Amino acid sequence: MPDTSIPRATRAGQQRYVAPLDETPLQGVDAVSNESDGSSLWKDAFRSLIRQPLFIISGLLILLILVVVAFPWLFTSADPTYCTLDNSLAEPRAGHPLGFNQQGCDIYARVIYGAQASVMVGAFTTLGVVIIGGIIGAVAGFYGGWIDALLSRIMDIFFALPFVLAAIVVLQLVRDSITVWHIIGVLAAFGWTQIARITRGAVISTKNSDFVTASTAVGASPLKNLVRHVLPNAIAPVIVTATVSLGIYIVAEATLSYLGLGLPSTIVSWGADIASAQTLIRTNPEALFFPAAALAVTVLSFIMMGDAVRDALDPKARTR
Amino acid sequence: MLRYTSRRILQMIPVLLGTTLLIYAMVFAMPGDPVTALFGDKPVNENVADQIRAEYNLDEPFIVQYLLFLKGIFVGDFGITFSGRPVIDIIARVFPTTIKLAFMALIIEMVLGVAVGVMAGIRKGKLFDSTVLMLSLVVIAIPTFVLGFVGQFVFGIELGWFPATARDASIGSLLMPAVVLAGVSLAYVIRLTRTSIVENLSADHVRTAKAKGLSGSRVTTVHVLRNSLIPVVTFLGADLGTLMGGAIVTEYIFAVDGVGSALYDAILRSEGTTVVSIVTLLVVVYIFANLLVDLLYAVLDPRIRYA
Amino acid sequence: MTGDANQTVDEAATAETGPLLQISDLEVGFKTQNGMVSAVRGANLSVYPGQTVAIVGESGSGKSTLAHTIVNLLPDNGRIRRGSIRFRDQEVTQFSKRRMAALRGSSIGLVPQDPMSNLNPLWRVGFQIKETLKANNIATGKAADKRVRELLAEAGLPNAEERARQFPHEFSGGMLQRSLIAMGLAARPDLLIADEPTSALDVTVQHQILNHLDGLTSELNVAVLLITHDLGLAAERAEHLAVMYKGRIVESGPALDILQDPQHPYTQRLVHSAPSLASRRLESEHQHIQVSDPSAAATETTDGATSRDAAPGATSTDTVLEAEHLVKSFPIRGDFGQKSTDFKAVDDVSFSLQRGTTMALVGESGSGKSTVAQITLRLLRPTSGRVLFDGEDISPLASKELLRLRRKVQPIFQNPYGTLDPMYSIYRTIEEPLRTHGIGNQKQRRQKIKDLLEKVAMPASTVNRYPNELSGGQRQRIAIARALALDPEVVVCDEAVSALDVLVQDQILNLLNDLQGEFGLSYLFISHDLAVVRQIADDVLVMRHGQLVEAASTDEVFGNPQQQYTRDLLESIPGGHIPLGNTA
Ligand SMILES: Nc1ncnc2c1ncn2[C@@H]1O[C@H](COP(=O)(O)OP(=O)(O)OP(=O)(O)O)[C@@H](O)[C@H]1O
Ligand SMILES: [Mg+2]
Repeated sequence: MPDTSIPRATRAGQQRYVAPLDETPLQGVDAVSNESDGSSLWKDAFRSLIRQPLFIISGLLILLILVVVAFPWLFTSADPTYCTLDNSLAEPRAGHPLGFNQQGCDIYARVIYGAQASVMVGAFTTLGVVIIGGIIGAVAGFYGGWIDALLSRIMDIFFALPFVLAAIVVLQLVRDSITVWHIIGVLAAFGWTQIARITRGAVISTKNSDFVTASTAVGASPLKNLVRHVLPNAIAPVIVTATVSLGIYIVAEATLSYLGLGLPSTIVSWGADIASAQTLIRTNPEALFFPAAALAVTVLSFIMMGDAVRDALDPKARTR
Repeated sequence: MLRYTSRRILQMIPVLLGTTLLIYAMVFAMPGDPVTALFGDKPVNENVADQIRAEYNLDEPFIVQYLLFLKGIFVGDFGITFSGRPVIDIIARVFPTTIKLAFMALIIEMVLGVAVGVMAGIRKGKLFDSTVLMLSLVVIAIPTFVLGFVGQFVFGIELGWFPATARDASIGSLLMPAVVLAGVSLAYVIRLTRTSIVENLSADHVRTAKAKGLSGSRVTTVHVLRNSLIPVVTFLGADLGTLMGGAIVTEYIFAVDGVGSALYDAILRSEGTTVVSIVTLLVVVYIFANLLVDLLYAVLDPRIRYA
Repeated sequence: MTGDANQTVDEAATAETGPLLQISDLEVGFKTQNGMVSAVRGANLSVYPGQTVAIVGESGSGKSTLAHTIVNLLPDNGRIRRGSIRFRDQEVTQFSKRRMAALRGSSIGLVPQDPMSNLNPLWRVGFQIKETLKANNIATGKAADKRVRELLAEAGLPNAEERARQFPHEFSGGMLQRSLIAMGLAARPDLLIADEPTSALDVTVQHQILNHLDGLTSELNVAVLLITHDLGLAAERAEHLAVMYKGRIVESGPALDILQDPQHPYTQRLVHSAPSLASRRLESEHQHIQVSDPSAAATETTDGATSRDAAPGATSTDTVLEAEHLVKSFPIRGDFGQKSTDFKAVDDVSFSLQRGTTMALVGESGSGKSTVAQITLRLLRPTSGRVLFDGEDISPLASKELLRLRRKVQPIFQNPYGTLDPMYSIYRTIEEPLRTHGIGNQKQRRQKIKDLLEKVAMPASTVNRYPNELSGGQRQRIAIARALALDPEVVVCDEAVSALDVLVQDQILNLLNDLQGEFGLSYLFISHDLAVVRQIADDVLVMRHGQLVEAASTDEVFGNPQQQYTRDLLESIPGGHIPLGNTA
């Protein structure tokens, strides 16, 4: 036990020191700062997003793509389906800046109009996947027990089937009458497992948090908790994955077209155009290049967007 | 560990049954009558056709056909194609090629992916890192088939560095297809490795290791690398199954006589037995690869205890 | 250090030698999105050989940053912007990487803050200590293995041989902490920087580890820079003290001087509200409760009523919550699945909570406190036994009646960062209970929320905020407001102030006290911190391994503990023995 009665010689550098008060003004204990007025995590995320070049670039590109999808006639007056062999592989000329492909169709017009099919497949497949995977994953994660065991096995079954392969087999069934909806349906039917797994994980990790318990203690039912607390908190990783997958589904659609199981030739599609231009790679690379570039840029925009959103929603950057 | 392994193997059974049933049902629903197709332009002899149907159990209800198929698989009998070849012959012909191709792709991912990923992670925020990150996104964005035939054209035809096709399935001719096949996964491996390295570099225990007086290189190898590579190994293991099943496009482009090509042919010709057999094998490979990864995980990470 | 006579001798011997470590005018900043943020501002500090110097400050005041700067282990975005750090008269800020690595471990050892994250989970503990020996050229091979065992034993780990072969996840927090101490001292440094070496540990373990550290360092004549948020602990263990506040050292000097005569207003605040010291002047605090709440004082007289054999009949009008022989067991899966044994988390616990009073439930981690809380909240069902609320068994309640119970019994949780839904604005957070029970219309609810915020001393403008903009203490106040929204009778506080800084803790405790006085609330107050309990509780239950070992009024427990276990707990409160001047 220290005995305070013995006086101590203070050593150099250890004399009693008290900082002048004006240097570090004392603030109230745990004072509430009034600097900002209410910003949710989403607002915060958005604020840090708009400072990211990756987000700005991909955002602008996606915006452009959406405009092209909605109003293709703003960008070209040519008809993408008007093809005559007279124009086969013709050079660029006024009104047809990129020239013509082997079938004699305007390459530029086809690139512009091809956006519709790709983006539609990407967007609706993503929607389908989020709905199927989201519900199955949320139910499995939230209820646990045998429901979880059963749904997890079903996820395993669908996950074990190679994605493109399963799509090929199914599309083979409707080979001669494939529509956009078939492709969307098939991709969604075999693609939902990833979202389901992510949703399940996110739900499991939030369902035990204190704020959910507090809500239970207030008297909220489990279902209310799921909808009001658990799902909103689990949604961030789902959004990120969905954005990236949108790009991946566009690639998948192109791959199916390339394998001859894609959209019918009446629909303008980048995948089919790339496939048919393949043989021209030596002589007319532009017929190949432009649809391929359009596809790659579109896909890239979505995965860059997903990447930027992931950074902004990073849980490590969340707490302050 | 043993208990865990056996439990996992038991869990595989419903997945395997489910997958085969699913694929069998899809193939069953394929349009056209393969038997009538056999006659080509000749008029169909109904008697002969019925005989063939009976021989292939095609006159049985779906579920019976499925169970007969399962029974066959169990005794190693994969059935015969309509042209009378045992399916096992096809399997024996194509699987070695695809396994070779998939392993080559896996090695490329492993060596190149990990090396580039580690370098990028260590140089976080520098030019090299951002370039690699951007390039990997681009690779993911370009469809494999475009990479495939552009690569084939540039390196195989124009430059002549590699054979343009790989029918002979030699290591040299499979190199180009392997690179293409690895492409997208390679990008993922790079990104995963990089993220993992960055995360671990700022881990508390790494700081403590430095505080103990360890040299920089020792900290990196002993404390950063080992920890960072665990998720990468997991990814690589699971990817083996994906690579084998995903080789369709690559094999198609490079005319590799592998699983993908055989499968694609079989699908186009409505060869149900062949499709179902090959897919079943692929799923088995996939599931076993995943099991292996789980077990490997337990070896690499002492925190995982499988009771 | 405790051996005071030694120190005077030391001082005489080293009076003319210079300081071992001298930090002057040190300025450290972090590059962030919002530009450069200063974490340490103009710090001056000296440590002499063999001396223990403590740095005290609240969370975020820059203690760890200062420690890491000394060994040049700031994170990537950290920069030394000004000032010098001299170790043995050499400027370490100018050292090359190689020289710095040579200095670490052998001259300056570091015991890092969080034991859970500071060992590499993939390597055996022994390996990680051995590494230190090798890197500092102390021993290799067999000799190193032997040394590792000695070091672990020295740090107070029994079975050192076996322990060395285990992985970090097989250790408890205290064992990890000991391994880290063994590691920090492995190369026999001249200076040991111990960053919160015992925070997050149970008091008794904390006490042991600090004693051990004390013994080792004075034996080896190692200087210690002890970093802590606990003023009592600092004063007890160090001879020189520096108080940090917002990156600045606001006051420094001999430990006891500072404690007995704090000059800077911040230090005064700290000394005034440090719970470990407050046990000295708890009478006034306690009286405050009794004065402000006469009903509590009245029930206080029913002396034995709080012990196990409480007779419900006699005091039923005053007993709001009663637990009878609660047992909760969880099945543990056996190693090979055949034998699934039951683990009794709660083993025959009975108590009764009087209306308007606070019943504290104390015990070390794993003693079953939170399980009791969950059972009383009916979030968990007991294996046997029952809980009575106002004389009514709560377990058969369903739908409507259960909702009614929920209105009366509300929880407050430990972790301020998990307790509020990050997606909900403060308004929605507090409104949720009102909505769930369909209380009032939009306008009435808005008014009620305003009132509640006022009660917990938060400005009305907070309603539009989101939890991520609030500090831990502020979140806890919102959680209190939410709990009070339904006008409950009982509030179950599960470690409600444990995660908060001392000053904030004090603030919340006072708030809880005031609210109790105002609304006649009854608290079931769960805590591992006896010093806090002393300030707020009327009755204390001491739990150990799921069982009640002592149940009595607070004064009795603190003044005249019956059980050895309780005495140990009390002994371990840091700073309990420090003679304070006239701060009370
Ligand atoms: N890497 C970083 N980047 C930006 N700011 C940081 C970083 N590390 C710490 N800070 C900030 O520096 C300040 C000091 O942090 P420090 O960790 O030194 O506090 P501390 O006193 O050790 O707190 P605790 O008691 O919680 O350990 C805090 O405001 C913190 O937010
Ligand atoms: Mg700290």
